[in-house]
Amino acid sequence: MTKEIIQERVGAAFGNEALLWNESFGMLECTIPADQNLAIATFLFQELGFQFLTDLTGVHYPDNTGKELGIITHLHNLKDNFRLRMKAFVPVATPDIHSLTGLFSGADWMERETFDFYGINFVGHPNLKRILNVDEMDYFPMRKEYQMEDPTRMDKDDEMFGR
Amino acid sequence: MVEKHIQLAENSVEKETTTINLGPTHPATHGIFQNVMEIDGERVIKTEMTVGYIHRAFEKIAERRPYNQVTPLTDRLNYCSAPINNFGWHMTIEKLVGLEVPKRVDYLRVVIMELARIADHLVCNSVIGVDTGALTPFTYVFQWREKIYEIYECICGSRLTTNIGRIGGFERNFTDDAWKKIHDFMDGFPAILKEFEALLTRNRIFMDRCIGAGPISAERALNWSMTGPNLRASGVDYDVRVHSPYSSYNEFDFKIPVGSAGDVYDRYLVRNGEMWESYRIIQQALEKLKGMDSSIFHADAPEFYLPEKAAVYTKMEALIYHFKIVMGEVDLPVGEVYHAVEGGNGEVGYYLVSDGGRTPYRLHFRRPSFIYYQAFNEMVAGGLFSDAVVTLSSINVIAGELDA
Repeated sequence: MTKEIIQERVGAAFGNEALLWNESFGMLECTIPADQNLAIATFLFQELGFQFLTDLTGVHYPDNTGKELGIITHLHNLKDNFRLRMKAFVPVATPDIHSLTGLFSGADWMERETFDFYGINFVGHPNLKRILNVDEMDYFPMRKEYQMEDPTRMDKDDEMFGR
Repeated sequence: MVEKHIQLAENSVEKETTTINLGPTHPATHGIFQNVMEIDGERVIKTEMTVGYIHRAFEKIAERRPYNQVTPLTDRLNYCSAPINNFGWHMTIEKLVGLEVPKRVDYLRVVIMELARIADHLVCNSVIGVDTGALTPFTYVFQWREKIYEIYECICGSRLTTNIGRIGGFERNFTDDAWKKIHDFMDGFPAILKEFEALLTRNRIFMDRCIGAGPISAERALNWSMTGPNLRASGVDYDVRVHSPYSSYNEFDFKIPVGSAGDVYDRYLVRNGEMWESYRIIQQALEKLKGMDSSIFHADAPEFYLPEKAAVYTKMEALIYHFKIVMGEVDLPVGEVYHAVEGGNGEVGYYLVSDGGRTPYRLHFRRPSFIYYQAFNEMVAGGLFSDAVVTLSSINVIAGELDA
């Protein structure tokens, strides 16, 4: 298993123009169209042996208009010991993406956590509700518009360091 | 006609199952999380797990903290083996900035990480004993966990939430006292671990309680993204130390103990086997450390490593770096990095997105407990209720790691 094989196989199946390949710190990275995440994950699972879901999480880029929310999935081919990071971006207005729970049972809580903190709607998830925060919470706290500290506090203002 | 004084809820008499709460505060959970269990007599039908009672928003807090100030947050994930989390975080930063640490630091880290693993497994395995009614082994080995904590204390000053080490190495060199404590531990520990095994491993009552309790197949364990001793107990030899070696683990000779049935007994055996392997790794590390220059304990990384106090008072550069580090004004390169270490419970991963600033743009902790605790329902459904209790202690769910 090399990155060339993966790029070629995935590119042949889903079209190279839609995929953006990258490599950072020894890990192959692929940015995929959000509506194809389940299809690509299924392909990777069945054809290329990526049968272990290491991690699934979200990230928020408020300035990235139309692609504000990212869903970051780390997959692992344990047989060939190859890791792959899959990234998909969805707009904050309609943050819908397919759930991977059908492929990986372990995606259940990871997706619930991502929903809890970023409000990403995993279509097809059997029990998409908050997990770490209280059920009554009406916002998604890891989004960048929610600052850590009260911005009106003057004692924390520090012009010298531009915070 | 007798007047009904007790009003029962509708259908409550016909209901054939009982719903009980195991947790949030219950001696069997060893932490704050809840299991709403539906039981039919002694059989567990279904469990619903509720977590989040000690959620502390670490990922959000980390977004405002300079890199070296994130280390204390990682302590509080798996607080039974905090040094592994600390070093895992330091290695993530070192990976991002491309910092090479000296071999001696690698070996010192290995010594501490393996001690931490022993401490973690000692707690877990002795607590399985407690939950099956054998309190004595627990009291024996806890003394030795205490000795490990004293070693931490000699090196970094604290015991449980250690904040040990710095980016690039250790905050100070190991003292003679620390070395003496490490060697004392190495001398005395095998006898204790043997005694511990003699008390439990072939104990008929213990075996009857553990064999066949809470099993999970290798296939299901992988599908649930389980890692660490719990996965290895099902027969999958996945260990981050071997698959993605860090901190010079590739230079060490050790085995990965695996089980076959994935039940409580196998998990117990795998953890015991790992303690022996950790012991061997420490022996090898101590051997490797013998010929090395004992004055090296950190990398030459002035931007991350706090200079000596005497230098701060006398040299301008040291003063600048001291100020920058203390005020948290060290910028990191732009990049995305995932680094994983083998924690006490499995793969502890750090997914860090840096936008070039002084704090992480996004930091996600992959917490093994959070991920494998999902499988608890599948492991205990259909089994006895008392099996569920030992299963819970054998998978070693740490509340701090569940909630982040």
